[in-house]
Amino acid sequence: MSETQSTYNYKVVRQFAVMTVIWGIVGMLVGVIIAAQLVWPDLNFGQYLHFGRLRPLHTNAVIFAFGGSALFATSYYVVQRTCHTRIFSDGLAAFTFWGWQLVIVLAAITLPLGFTSGKEYAELEWPIDILITVVWVAYAIVFFGTIAKRKVTHIYVANWFYGGFILAVALLHVVNSAAIPVSLTKSYSAYAGVQDAMVQWWYGHNAVGFFLTAGFLGMMYYFVPKQAGRPVYSYRLSVVHFWALIFTYMWAGPHHLHYTALPDWAQSVGMLFSLILLAPSWGGMINGVMTLSGAWHKLRDDPILKFLITSLSFYGMSTFEGPMMAIKTVNALSHYTDWTIGHVHSGALGWVAMISIGSIYYLLPRLYGKSEMFSIKLITVHFWVSTIGVVLYIASMWIAGVMQGLMWRAVNLDGTLTYSFVESVKASYPFWAIRFLGGFLFLFGMLIMAYNMVKTITSGRSVDDARVVLVPAAHHA
Amino acid sequence: MNDFVNQFWNWYVILFVLVSIIACGVLLWMQSVPTGGKGDTTGHVWDETLEEYNNPLPKWWMWLFYITVIFSLVYCALYPTLGSYQGMLGWSSIGQLAKEVAKADEQTKPLYDKYMKMDLPTLAADKEGNETGKRLYLTYCMQCHGADARGSKGFPNLADQDWQWGGEPEAIVQTISAGRIGMMPPHAQIGAETIKDLANYVRSLSGLPADSLRVAKGQEAFNSVGCSGCHGPDAKGMQALGAPNLSDKIWLYGSTEASIIETITKGRTNQMPAWKDFLGEEKVHVLAAYVLSLSAGNK
Repeated sequence: MSETQSTYNYKVVRQFAVMTVIWGIVGMLVGVIIAAQLVWPDLNFGQYLHFGRLRPLHTNAVIFAFGGSALFATSYYVVQRTCHTRIFSDGLAAFTFWGWQLVIVLAAITLPLGFTSGKEYAELEWPIDILITVVWVAYAIVFFGTIAKRKVTHIYVANWFYGGFILAVALLHVVNSAAIPVSLTKSYSAYAGVQDAMVQWWYGHNAVGFFLTAGFLGMMYYFVPKQAGRPVYSYRLSVVHFWALIFTYMWAGPHHLHYTALPDWAQSVGMLFSLILLAPSWGGMINGVMTLSGAWHKLRDDPILKFLITSLSFYGMSTFEGPMMAIKTVNALSHYTDWTIGHVHSGALGWVAMISIGSIYYLLPRLYGKSEMFSIKLITVHFWVSTIGVVLYIASMWIAGVMQGLMWRAVNLDGTLTYSFVESVKASYPFWAIRFLGGFLFLFGMLIMAYNMVKTITSGRSVDDARVVLVPAAHHA
Repeated sequence: MNDFVNQFWNWYVILFVLVSIIACGVLLWMQSVPTGGKGDTTGHVWDETLEEYNNPLPKWWMWLFYITVIFSLVYCALYPTLGSYQGMLGWSSIGQLAKEVAKADEQTKPLYDKYMKMDLPTLAADKEGNETGKRLYLTYCMQCHGADARGSKGFPNLADQDWQWGGEPEAIVQTISAGRIGMMPPHAQIGAETIKDLANYVRSLSGLPADSLRVAKGQEAFNSVGCSGCHGPDAKGMQALGAPNLSDKIWLYGSTEASIIETITKGRTNQMPAWKDFLGEEKVHVLAAYVLSLSAGNK
């Protein structure tokens, strides 16, 4: 296939799409290992592979390697096709691919070695932080450069979300990672005490809000209407929920610091904006699910659509749960328990992973010039295996979390605690075993996907490359 | 509590929060006017098939949004949200804590009054008091001394008969209340050979295998370099200084020659934290009785 000016750049999309599946398997495998370590503590082998070193490796791998690759792949695909133009710079796009892979490999080396800044979801030390910044600036240039040379007047809604995600993540990363280096592998945060905690959770919650939500809403706005073959439900709704979402998320961070040294007023502000966030979040869910109205029957036999719509259901569920957990009195029970872990995974597995999986299944045959995936049946199997996995995961964590919260606050008549901490640990074992099973099922689903992907790429007849050629924007009003 | 360095930041917070909450409502209100009919698209097409309907905002969704905005404004009036304004209810998280603690203290006061009237040996033998003590122990003490109170390296076993700082009721209360700082000074200056002799000598005192030549030299050095000053001429220790008995079989930092050499060469510093301000006299009293019962039960 010749890559002339009249075609889209699918090479970088292909690279990121394939790595999405591979990093998904790696990140989720580490997740399953640490879940197993909680059930069988004997699996903590040596300093490099114990829970404390592997847990940040898991979070970094699934968020930035798996989620990041999915965002790069889909945003490069979507921005080209909805701007009716080739990507702004092939060279810079290739740089973002190799640069991002280097960041991931460095993370996989340094985190088990114990090099960490100690900031959750921002553990990587300063030299890697600088590399991330450089790659991200290149990403922004490629993305907004493509927007700038678009052949259509209006910018499609998916690109608003991708754009908002790219800008906000740049801001969050630079501000939160500000640090004073003392050596190549060690630095100290530029902030101290409660300010440091506040900056960290302003970052932490917006990593959820922009990396794991806004970016994936961009994905939703392209792949749901495409796969459903229906127009987006409401343009008006997309305008309101876009602006409300990106504005409100920025305020929600303090709910991670309820009942701490953070001043009461800041905690209250975090709680209120988290509550206000409910409607803007649901706006995205409604717009996605209602896009299917009139085409519900497609859900019956299209497993890709099943993935996309189920992901929106989980999105709606976790964005209801989130504001509830941000209420101070609820948080007093849920904070520090496995409920939080369940909440995160209903978002991470149910929403982020499932919408990515659906989108990548949509992309793979198109990227490799095939008419469809090698096996539609295997996509259906993947869907059910991962859905059961998510449900087992979050249900066990809900039960464990509420149980832990209740055990920790139970008091005897003499004022002493009814349960020592270790008793709540012991009581959690059965639920941790169920969680391990749920996580394992989800990982197993990814392995099915990898097999299906390899088979799709290597076998079957290639259809013509017509779809790679630029779509004329002629009938655009 | 006012944590602003000056009034500017107070008003900055108040204005920004209020304007931002209201802005959410205004955005919604501005966009709630329907344009075009149901089923119309905006007329824009991307990538061959992507279109958007012009459907109005769902009513129930708008109400959900408005309700959260109104709730937020009411909350601002009632609870501390707007800078240093405390809210009409006068609530604060520290105030909530103080209230809950005061209520719990009031409920448990009769019980602890009863415990305080009992001396430690009596309380140690009291079933109910002992159970309270055990639960307190499992909350505050087990992190260092272990769930079975048998300690670990550097953390004393509380269930044996050995007392580094004294096993009398008053001494135990003192240890928990005010804490203890144990310090074995470093003795590198006496030379590696002498240290090895001393290590062999103290091992022999506990009946452990030792080089007899070094034992003889170590015994001599024990007095000449000053070990006996704290540990006593018979090496049976001195509780007033927290100097351990070296002639028993209990080793806080290990009994191998290597670990004893390390102890003598580099010294050891250790600390039991003071608990009186955190727990209060009553709980210390109950805990001391529980600790006493541990060793009594193992006699």
